[in-house]
Amino acid sequence: MRTAFIQELTVLARSHPKIFLMVGDLGFSVVEPFAKEFPNRYLNAGIAEQNMAGMAAGMASEGWHVFIYSIANFPTLRCLEQLRNDACYHNLPVTVVAVGAGLAYGNLGYSHHAVQDIGCMRGLPNIHVYSPADPGETRLCLRRIVGAPGPSYLRVGKAGEKVLHEKPDFNGGLIHVAGPENSEVAVVATGSVLEEALTALNREEATPFAVYSLVGVTPLAPDTLAPLWNHRHLITIEEHLRPGGIGELLAGRRPAAITMDFLHIKEELNSLVGSQTFLRRRHGIDAEAVSELVRRTRRGT
Amino acid sequence: MSTELRTFAAGIRIESVRMVHRAKASHIGGALSMADILAVLYGGVMNIDPTRPRLPERDRFILSKGHSTVGLYATLALRGFFPKEELNTYGCDDTRLMAHVTTRVPGVEFSTGSLGHGLPFGTGKALAAKRNGERWRTFVLTSDGEWNEGSNWEALLASTHLELDNLVIIIDYNKIQSLGRVEEVLRLEPFADKFRSFGAAVVEVDGHDVDALHKVFAPAPYERGKPLVVIAHTVKGKGVSYMENQLLWHYRSPNDSDLELALTELQNGVTR
Repeated sequence: MRTAFIQELTVLARSHPKIFLMVGDLGFSVVEPFAKEFPNRYLNAGIAEQNMAGMAAGMASEGWHVFIYSIANFPTLRCLEQLRNDACYHNLPVTVVAVGAGLAYGNLGYSHHAVQDIGCMRGLPNIHVYSPADPGETRLCLRRIVGAPGPSYLRVGKAGEKVLHEKPDFNGGLIHVAGPENSEVAVVATGSVLEEALTALNREEATPFAVYSLVGVTPLAPDTLAPLWNHRHLITIEEHLRPGGIGELLAGRRPAAITMDFLHIKEELNSLVGSQTFLRRRHGIDAEAVSELVRRTRRGT
Repeated sequence: MSTELRTFAAGIRIESVRMVHRAKASHIGGALSMADILAVLYGGVMNIDPTRPRLPERDRFILSKGHSTVGLYATLALRGFFPKEELNTYGCDDTRLMAHVTTRVPGVEFSTGSLGHGLPFGTGKALAAKRNGERWRTFVLTSDGEWNEGSNWEALLASTHLELDNLVIIIDYNKIQSLGRVEEVLRLEPFADKFRSFGAAVVEVDGHDVDALHKVFAPAPYERGKPLVVIAHTVKGKGVSYMENQLLWHYRSPNDSDLELALTELQNGVTR
C-alpha cells in the first residue's frame, strides 16, 4: 500500500504543482522516487512530529497541499493538537499519511500498533478520514484527496498487501466488494483486514453474504450507508479498538431493526506481539471469526 | 517617527485596558508588555495594507501568545483593519473578538491559544515563502513561558537547519509566566546562548525602546542564512504602575477606579 501511495502521489504531483511531501525521517526505500523527481517539494522534517504538523499547516496556509508521512501513531497522536488546531480547525490542506495501520507492524510492539487512530482522527473538525484495504483503494483515496484538498487522514498498511478487488471508484465511502447485496448477513470491513472477510466468504460458497469495504470513514452522508440497511444483521471487522472504530460508528447510525456483531482489537491483549496473521487470530479478527459469527447468526443463536 | 510609534503604543495599551475592563477579562499584563513591539511592527516595519488584509506580498505576523490578543485587536483596529468601535464587543456573546486570537478578525493570520503552536506554523510560512521564491517575511511573537514547550525547540532546530532568514522570532521576555517567575517555574537562562547554540542570529533589546526595536526589525535579512531571534526584555503590565511586574495582573481585570488610574497613567506616559 505504501508503494501504491508513493507511486500515485508522484504521478499526481506531475499535474498538481502545489503537492508537497514532508516525512518524519521515515520512508526508507519508499519515498525516494518522489524526493528525486521533486527535490524542491520534498522535506525530511526530522524526528519532530509536532513541528512537522505545524509547519505543514503553515505551508498549507500559503497555497501548498502538504502530505506528512510517518509510521503508526507518530504523525497522528504525537501531534494531535497541531492537527486539531493548526490544520483541521483552520481547514487547511494537510494530509496525514500513517503507514502501519492497525497491527501491520505487529512484532514491533504497542508503540507501533495504530489502533486508536481512526477514533482520534474522526473527531477532528473538517477532516476526511480514509482507510483503504489494498493498493487499489489507496490510489482511489489519494485521487479523492488531491481532487478536493483539505484536512485529511490516509491510513495505509505497509508493503506487499494483496489486491483484493478492482472496483474502479467509490461513492461516499462505501464499496460493495463481493457477495449478494440482499443477503441476510453482511460484513463491513475497513482496512486490509477486509481480506479476512473475503476469505470467509470464499469458504461459505453455499450461503454467500455481502462484503463491504468502508474506505471513506468520515464524513459519511446518510445515503452512503443506505445499502447496508438492506441486510438484517451486520458484522463489522477492523484492526482498531472498539471505541471510535467503524463498529461504533455504524451502531450509532443503523435502523433499530438491524442487529450487529463487532470484531475488533482487544485492549487487554495490547502487549501481545507477532505477525499480523498471528495477531488477527489471537484478537479474533480473522476469517475463522467471521465464519463463526455468520454461521451463528444464521442458526439464530 | 519614534513619537508616532510611542503614541501608537500608548493607544494600543489604552484600548487593551478598556477591553479587559469592559469584558472583565484577564491577561492584560502580557498585552501591555508587548505593546511597543506591535507598535513598531505595525507602525513602521511590516509591509501591510489594512484595506487589503490578504495582500499576497504582505509580511505575515503570528501571535503565538494568543491569550494576549487584546493587544493585537487594538493594534489592528487602530491601523484600520476594522472599526475601532468593534473593540467594544470584545469577549461578548457571539463576538468575533474572542479571548484568544482568531482568524475571524481581519488581519489575523493564525488562531492560537494553546502555546507552542505559532512558531512551527510560522516556520512553515517562512519555508513556503522560500520555496515560492517570495520576499515577504514572517514575524512570530512568542511569550517567554511558552519556551517550556518542546515544539518551539523543534521548530527552532528546523528554522536554523533550513536557513530561514525570512523568519523573525520575537520573545516578549517579561519574565513572569502563569504561576510564577520564569526563573522559578522552569529556568530558561542562559536564554540567548541557547538560541546562539542552535545557530540563530540573536539580538537582545529593550522591548519598550521603539527606536531600538525598529533598528533590529528593519534589516531583511538581519543575517543571511539565519533566522533572527529577538529577545525583547519587557516588563509585564508595562505602563500601569500597579500592574508592572505583578503576577496578579495575568489574571485580574481592572475595576472602574483601577481603569481610571490606568488611563490617566497611560495618557500621561505618552511623551515619556
